Amino acid sequence: MDSLLARISRGQLWPSPGGVHPPVNKSQSNSLPIHILPLPPRLVLPVKQHIGAQGHLLVNVHEQVLKGQALTKPHANWSVPVHAPTSGRIIDITPMPSAHPSALPELSIIIEPDGEDRWCELVPHPNYRELTAERLVDILHFAGISGMGGAGFPTYIKASTKQQIDVLIINGAECEPYISADDVLMQAHSEEIVRGIEVLRHLLQPKLTLIAIEDDKPKAIAAMEQACANIDDMQVRAIPTKYPSGGEKQLIQILTSKEVPAGGIPADIGVLVQNVGTMYAIQQAVELGKPLIERVVTVTGDTLAEQRNVWALLGTEVKHLLTQQGFTPEPMQRVIMGGPMMGFTLPTVRIPVVKTTNCILAPSEAEMPMPGEERACIRCSACADACPASLLPQQLQWFAKTKEYKKLEEHQLFDCIECGACAYVCPSEIPLVQYYRVAKAEIREQQIEQIKSERAKERFEARKERLEREQEERRNRHKRPRRSTEQDSQSKEKVAEALARVKRKQADKSDDKDKVAAAIARAKAKKAGEQLEPDNSDVAQERAARKEQARLYKEQKQQSGTSEPDAKDDKKAAVAAAIARAKAKKAAQAEDADAPAQDDKKAAVAAAIARAKAKKAAQAKDADAPAQDDKKAAVAAAIARAKAKKAAKAAEAGDTQAETSGDVTTPAPEQSPEDKKKAAVAAAIARAKAKKAAQAAAEPPTEQYADADTASSEAQSPEEKKKAAVAAAIARAKAKKAAKAAEAGDDTNPPAPEQSPEDKKKAAVAAAIARAKAKKAARDAANNSDDEDPS
Amino acid sequence: MMILFYALCAVGILALVFGVILGFAAVRFRVESDPIVEQIDAILPQTQCGQCGYPGCRPYAEAIANGDEVNKCPPGGDATVKKLADLMGVEATPLAGGEQAEPEKKVAYIREDECIGCTKCIQACPVDAIVGATRQMHTVLIDECTGCDLCVDPCPVDCIDMVPVAQTKQTWKWQLQAIPVTQID
Amino acid sequence: MKLNMMSSPYKHSHKSLTTVMLMVALAAVPGILAQCYFFGTGVLIQLVLALVCVTLFEAGVLYLRGRPVWHTLQDGSAWLTGLLLAVSIPPLAPWWVIVLGCFFAIVFVKQLYGGLGGNLFNPAMAGYVLLLVSFPVQMTSWLPPAELMHHQVSLVDELAMIFSNYTQSGYSLEQLRSNVDGITMATPLDTLRTDVSHGLTVAESMTKPVFTETAGLGWQWVNAAYLLGGLLLLQQRVINWHIPVAMLGALSLCASIGYIFDSGNQPGLAFHLLSGATMLGAFFIATDPVSASTTNRGRLIYGAAIGVIVYLIRSFGGYPDAVAFAVLLMNMAVPLIDHYTQPRTYGHGAKS
Repeated sequence: MDSLLARISRGQLWPSPGGVHPPVNKSQSNSLPIHILPLPPRLVLPVKQHIGAQGHLLVNVHEQVLKGQALTKPHANWSVPVHAPTSGRIIDITPMPSAHPSALPELSIIIEPDGEDRWCELVPHPNYRELTAERLVDILHFAGISGMGGAGFPTYIKASTKQQIDVLIINGAECEPYISADDVLMQAHSEEIVRGIEVLRHLLQPKLTLIAIEDDKPKAIAAMEQACANIDDMQVRAIPTKYPSGGEKQLIQILTSKEVPAGGIPADIGVLVQNVGTMYAIQQAVELGKPLIERVVTVTGDTLAEQRNVWALLGTEVKHLLTQQGFTPEPMQRVIMGGPMMGFTLPTVRIPVVKTTNCILAPSEAEMPMPGEERACIRCSACADACPASLLPQQLQWFAKTKEYKKLEEHQLFDCIECGACAYVCPSEIPLVQYYRVAKAEIREQQIEQIKSERAKERFEARKERLEREQEERRNRHKRPRRSTEQDSQSKEKVAEALARVKRKQADKSDDKDKVAAAIARAKAKKAGEQLEPDNSDVAQERAARKEQARLYKEQKQQSGTSEPDAKDDKKAAVAAAIARAKAKKAAQAEDADAPAQDDKKAAVAAAIARAKAKKAAQAKDADAPAQDDKKAAVAAAIARAKAKKAAKAAEAGDTQAETSGDVTTPAPEQSPEDKKKAAVAAAIARAKAKKAAQAAAEPPTEQYADADTASSEAQSPEEKKKAAVAAAIARAKAKKAAKAAEAGDDTNPPAPEQSPEDKKKAAVAAAIARAKAKKAARDAANNSDDEDPS
Repeated sequence: MMILFYALCAVGILALVFGVILGFAAVRFRVESDPIVEQIDAILPQTQCGQCGYPGCRPYAEAIANGDEVNKCPPGGDATVKKLADLMGVEATPLAGGEQAEPEKKVAYIREDECIGCTKCIQACPVDAIVGATRQMHTVLIDECTGCDLCVDPCPVDCIDMVPVAQTKQTWKWQLQAIPVTQID
Repeated sequence: MKLNMMSSPYKHSHKSLTTVMLMVALAAVPGILAQCYFFGTGVLIQLVLALVCVTLFEAGVLYLRGRPVWHTLQDGSAWLTGLLLAVSIPPLAPWWVIVLGCFFAIVFVKQLYGGLGGNLFNPAMAGYVLLLVSFPVQMTSWLPPAELMHHQVSLVDELAMIFSNYTQSGYSLEQLRSNVDGITMATPLDTLRTDVSHGLTVAESMTKPVFTETAGLGWQWVNAAYLLGGLLLLQQRVINWHIPVAMLGALSLCASIGYIFDSGNQPGLAFHLLSGATMLGAFFIATDPVSASTTNRGRLIYGAAIGVIVYLIRSFGGYPDAVAFAVLLMNMAVPLIDHYTQPRTYGHGAKS
């Protein structure tokens, strides 16, 4: 780098590829001195005017603010504050159209100036060299300075780079036609700019500082040369006028012959580029304590009576700038924020000036004719000759039109700086840059989509795995081999208990809740009292007893000779297992006052399940699909249980006592407010009934329909068909009754005054569910009857 | 006559030699490429919504590999149909069901006032984008939601809305139609 | 107030497509004038015929394709194709030759490949080759320079010849082309080639009246005129220097090497450069942007290869002039050349 540095400081310049020479058109605006505008009627300050995050708001609506007062506070990384450009009152903080090609609204602070222009307290640091680097960077940060050349990169981040900077380049090139803001700033304030550069040099300690100015600005060159005449290692470099030599990458190439690596930043090659306007802002912030509140804006275009540069307060609406310069709009008027090559059109003149606005261009039709119609590309490669990044624009255009995104990336679409030189020279007037912008946006969106879909796929796979795992576990619970683990023995014991219970229940069909409770209590006691190391002898005895029981049971079953012994077994086992599982879970929780009540409830539920099972078992004799029935029964039982639980919970707002489930007719040992119980019970009844009806109606191979379906699917005699129709009618009627019951259930829910709003809501919700279910049941019943239309 | 014999021999030997070379090259320089199902799956948008009739994107990918139609994926839009058609070498037919040009991006939103905590939607979501538990509040993780619509039906109180994703400056895209451009093709 | 929205950039250099095509046509005028001076005004009649035909055919196809007819015609590319074809064929060729050539060039080679910008082959050259291969007699019936012609022809004669195969006085084209001794006179390239194949040396052959000191009589001035037009195009930045310089450079190199090794049978540098369609090809035909390579490095390769092929076919091939074949052959290679000669983008590779 050293010999290169030597060559650079000797004044050598290198050529950059491509580039065009559009007519300069700066003389309209650069002959007049910078004008100070009167205060606009209001200022619209976007909270974020840079690349990064917005700061936290420090102010509220209707607050009075002083000039230079901080309105936001930086918090996250890359957040830069904004300051009040003048004293006044905040009239609103709301989303307003932003200074962006999309004009999408972004949060803005609207200030009404009070005309007094009172500064807040300023803290100047004329002896900044005595400050630490961190303090100095903080001053830059809190002064709200971000890049004013057009990108809006937070300056404090560049100023605090950890990489070694060899060449500091101050960009005064201003290559775009019409814009002369930097030109007049350099002519008027060259001293301040140089002092601002000194601050940055103090922070970065570069070996060489170059101020690059295009050679069509002789006055600015002279002014800057005079200002830095006595400073070592700071030189003014006049570069040949060509668009776009003022682009950061191109400027580095011209001044140092080095290229910024793709995807990298200039600091990677030891170079830092800053705009002259930013330097002025740094000087104002450090030496005078003034935050960034205004900037020079070129207001130009033949539709204006007077074209000149102005000091515009940040937040000034474009309308104010234009009317101050005598704007007479034409039909099909365009107002461009930026220059003619890279600016964007505004949808309205009520867009504010932000930190990156350097020009407002309001051209007449004669000055900038509307583009002609796009023609076919003739592959003349005038665009490739003009491209400063040595891309192949016509290839990019072919691929962008056919949406070949992979090819676009291979041809380095993302290295395009969107300077517009290619579209400028295209004989067929193809809007090349527009195609690239659209393609870039598409590719970025695709990349985001790709990431999202990867995530979605991962989550889906994970979920599938989880479900399979749970299913495996469920299956394994069934056929877990007998191992002498305490968990195993526990559950087996419970199963046996449950079997015994169920058998007894079936035998005498009585509510032996107490017995169950006793059994449960026994189990619980055992569980509570046990230690980690069980007494094996007890367990062994138990096991033997269990084996005996199981064998007896099996013999009994064999003798009873039901049509589907296996099915019954499975069914019972499934139900019992479900019960046992629930019990184990409950038993594993800590005991408290609720426990016995919960157990009571559970017992009641178990009784209910038993009853339901019995009913289903009776019907199961005709079933064609026993396994399905069993599962259904289990599911129905589980659902009923859950519903009962919920009903109970709904009823026990604040009560520590558990209520009975809906289906159970036995009263609970404890009583609670009548109304609540009634409401909960009624709702639960309705729910369960509706659910059952829905289930019964919705699933074709149910007990009721099994006959009907098989009948209709085969060619049957008219009699059988009639039977099928009858069965369908019965089902319909049942569903209707269930629906009515649900309705009735609603009516039995009187809004009692003791009911809390929560309960009311819950009851209402439950009723709604019931209604929906009933509706669905009715609909399904109707559907089914349609299906089985006897011919 | 002998010439004919010699000629036939020569050509036969040449054919043999080249056949051996080709066979060797086919084995030695074999390029392991993605099985076609993986490639198809990579193109599909992974919303796992089931609108194609298959329970997830992977089963549909397998079905396409076995010859199923490529135009059954509405969330993928026409772009996906085209890519699949290119990959499978079939013609790109328009989307089955006549879908509009750009399927709008939506995410689910649960109106928490009405949620009863039944976990039905949680069970329905193919990517587990709903957080919640029995009798606890359910809510949708917007970043994970693919907008597949599968949670709307199971909800017993119908409290899930599909809300279009708002556009921000970061997601705003340049549109070709916004400027007066006539495309030649 | 409603503001118009557009995409940047908002200024344009205003070198439009029509301008480019018109400038190429203008630059061909010196050459056409030279042709008129030496070989009669038949070329003008062919030119008029060609322009009428291309307009009709292009309009017809555009209408069938549903494209805006006048707007597309306005870009002038069809007229340029017609012009180039008209100056490439013998000036007194029958009228249907040019009509067929235009039809093939416009409809098949240009429009059926997608219109302007979509054709793989140079339309004028593809049309020329079709005619040359299908109608060899008519396509090789070049008139000798006017001063060598035994019978003078007027404009009316030319019209009659083109449309009825006989002049007003009743002469056929064969008769017009024969000299006093009744031997048909061919183009310089053709003459040289025939003589060399009969065993004459180049020096001996070039004593014939159809030759001058350096190259063919009349033809050398036509080529010089096209060179002038080409330089004009270069100065106006309508074409890039890469293709003409590469083509002429390669041709010169090959011709010089050939002359060094076999001066008896090889005519040498000046002859190659100034005879046949060399200059027309270098500046007007090979530089057709649609069918040529698009990268600058690729253009160098493309032009050089055309030069080499022209030399090879002229010296060892079956046709006297080879520009059309060389251009078509290289058109086929353009996608490959483009693929391998992409420029290095800023920030990638070497210097970063």
